[in-house]
Amino acid sequence: MTEPILTVHNCTMRFGGLTAVKNFSLQLMPQELVGLIGPNGAGKTTVFNLLTGIYRPTEGQIIFRGRNITGWKTYRIARLGIARTFQNIRLFRSLTVLENVKAGARIHMRTGLWDAAWRTYPMLCEEEQVHAEAWRILQEIGLDDVAHYRAGDLPYGEQRRLEIARALAMHPYLLLLDEPAAGMNPQETAHLMELIRRLRDEYGLTILLIEHDMKVVMGICERIVVLDYGEEIAQGTPEQIRTNPRVIAAYLGEAPA
Amino acid sequence: MSVGRFWLLRGISLFAAAGSLLAANALIAWLRATGWVDDYTYRVIMLCGINILLAVSLNFINGITGQFSIGHAGFQGVGAYTSAAFTLASIRWFQERGLAGTSLGDQILLASAIVVGAVSAALAGLLVGIPSLRLRGDYLAIATLGFGEIIRVTILNIEAVGGARGLKDIPILTNFLWLYLVVFLLLALSRNLLVSVQGLGFLAVRDDEIVAEALGVNTTRLKVIAFVLGACFAGIAGSLYAHFDGYLNPDNFRLEQSIIILTMVVLGGQGSVTGSVLSAILLTVVLEWLRFLPTITLGGRAFTPSELRMVFFSLMLILLMLWRPKGLLGQKEFGWMVLRQYWRLLRT
Repeated sequence: MTEPILTVHNCTMRFGGLTAVKNFSLQLMPQELVGLIGPNGAGKTTVFNLLTGIYRPTEGQIIFRGRNITGWKTYRIARLGIARTFQNIRLFRSLTVLENVKAGARIHMRTGLWDAAWRTYPMLCEEEQVHAEAWRILQEIGLDDVAHYRAGDLPYGEQRRLEIARALAMHPYLLLLDEPAAGMNPQETAHLMELIRRLRDEYGLTILLIEHDMKVVMGICERIVVLDYGEEIAQGTPEQIRTNPRVIAAYLGEAPA
Repeated sequence: MSVGRFWLLRGISLFAAAGSLLAANALIAWLRATGWVDDYTYRVIMLCGINILLAVSLNFINGITGQFSIGHAGFQGVGAYTSAAFTLASIRWFQERGLAGTSLGDQILLASAIVVGAVSAALAGLLVGIPSLRLRGDYLAIATLGFGEIIRVTILNIEAVGGARGLKDIPILTNFLWLYLVVFLLLALSRNLLVSVQGLGFLAVRDDEIVAEALGVNTTRLKVIAFVLGACFAGIAGSLYAHFDGYLNPDNFRLEQSIIILTMVVLGGQGSVTGSVLSAILLTVVLEWLRFLPTITLGGRAFTPSELRMVFFSLMLILLMLWRPKGLLGQKEFGWMVLRQYWRLLRT
């Protein structure tokens, strides 16, 4: 049996009196595609912030690729291989599309600031590689024709895709997508589902995604975890979740007795 | 790119840089000899160079890395006073060996004074940067402002460097070649970092710190590096100034000086290196030019040029900011990089 790539052990996150996430546990196997759903304010994004080290869990442990990353700094976790996108798009708006992707690819560079300051030969060679790699990713995602536009000038759907491209450039093991389909029209959503599936199959990525669009979640996720008021209320295949009475109650309210 | 091509290009660019620097130096020497450039104009040219150093180094902290610092004059002061103190202390050593006054001796003395100024200002930057870079925005601004004042008050109370009387009789060693060599170095360094993928880290910190961290950028490290680098070049500017003017006074490094440097950065366009250069030259020349205002009588009261200078200066700043709210160049660079971008847009 293969080892899980990510294990979350009983994580709790409290902000003062508010418990945003309570006793949350999760295991992700390599190349799994898992959905994290729940009503607004259920604590889904807080889980992402815990996984990426933006918050330090009040209790519990997070194990990623065999290492206990609880309390690690965000940049170290990123270097170990967790990439993410953001619910409210957070691109470097003043930089070009290509530069945004390169900012993601920067993580694996061997030459440092010293080489960059003097433009040494190894640094120039590596920059050529990074440039080629960034182009390849832009072509893959279908953003190569807008590569030199300012990221802030792109239409909404393309900005969402650029966030994914930037995360991909980090060559992560685990990709966290926070509402990737939010604000997309049905056609863009269909493209996105196709893209996410391809990322998993071709890049061998493990993907955890938060999404409100049930068509997306039910369509591509193999397993779904449901949060409500910071607690897991159900876990299972899309079919199991669809018919789970607790999930229906959380979304639609209790049926009158 | 092959190794051969790399060294060929590198050789050509270094040769061209050295050549143009020497040519400019020869031109200035000739113009001074013929009287076309008098002592006053020469002084303005040198002040331009020093202000370029200050503006571009502050731009690295404020414009490129997005950390709002208004204590730059403090670092300039640290560099100026330590290097001047160093020169005054070691000139006897040079005199005893018959080196002082000789061309070679002067060059060595100035070079070591620059290094002393640079290192001490960089250390000061490290000392201030590590604790205060945890602060953001306005809070960092207040902390750096406080630092600048602490430096000035400290110098004011050290009798060994003249206190309020100032430090005089500093050997005059700075010349055009040295100053503009350092200017060239700083410009090359800023430009190289700005166009490299590594340098994108600084811009990422400026645009969104949390995202930068999530992309694996060690934001604390980059902020400290930017701060120390900026402080270091402010220190170099200070030491060149000390050995150009020959006299230092704590009043040279008041908050007003920090604000003028900050104005240069903002006016040039936050983050634009060439913008900082242009506005440093513009403000230096305008501030000098405004000394020659006529005395104006208004309502029976005569306003002297020194009173009017700052009024007109402020007026000019207001008009410029109304005309170009994002600074002279916005976040763009002047020159062939802008042209290349437009060319790319035309093609696509």
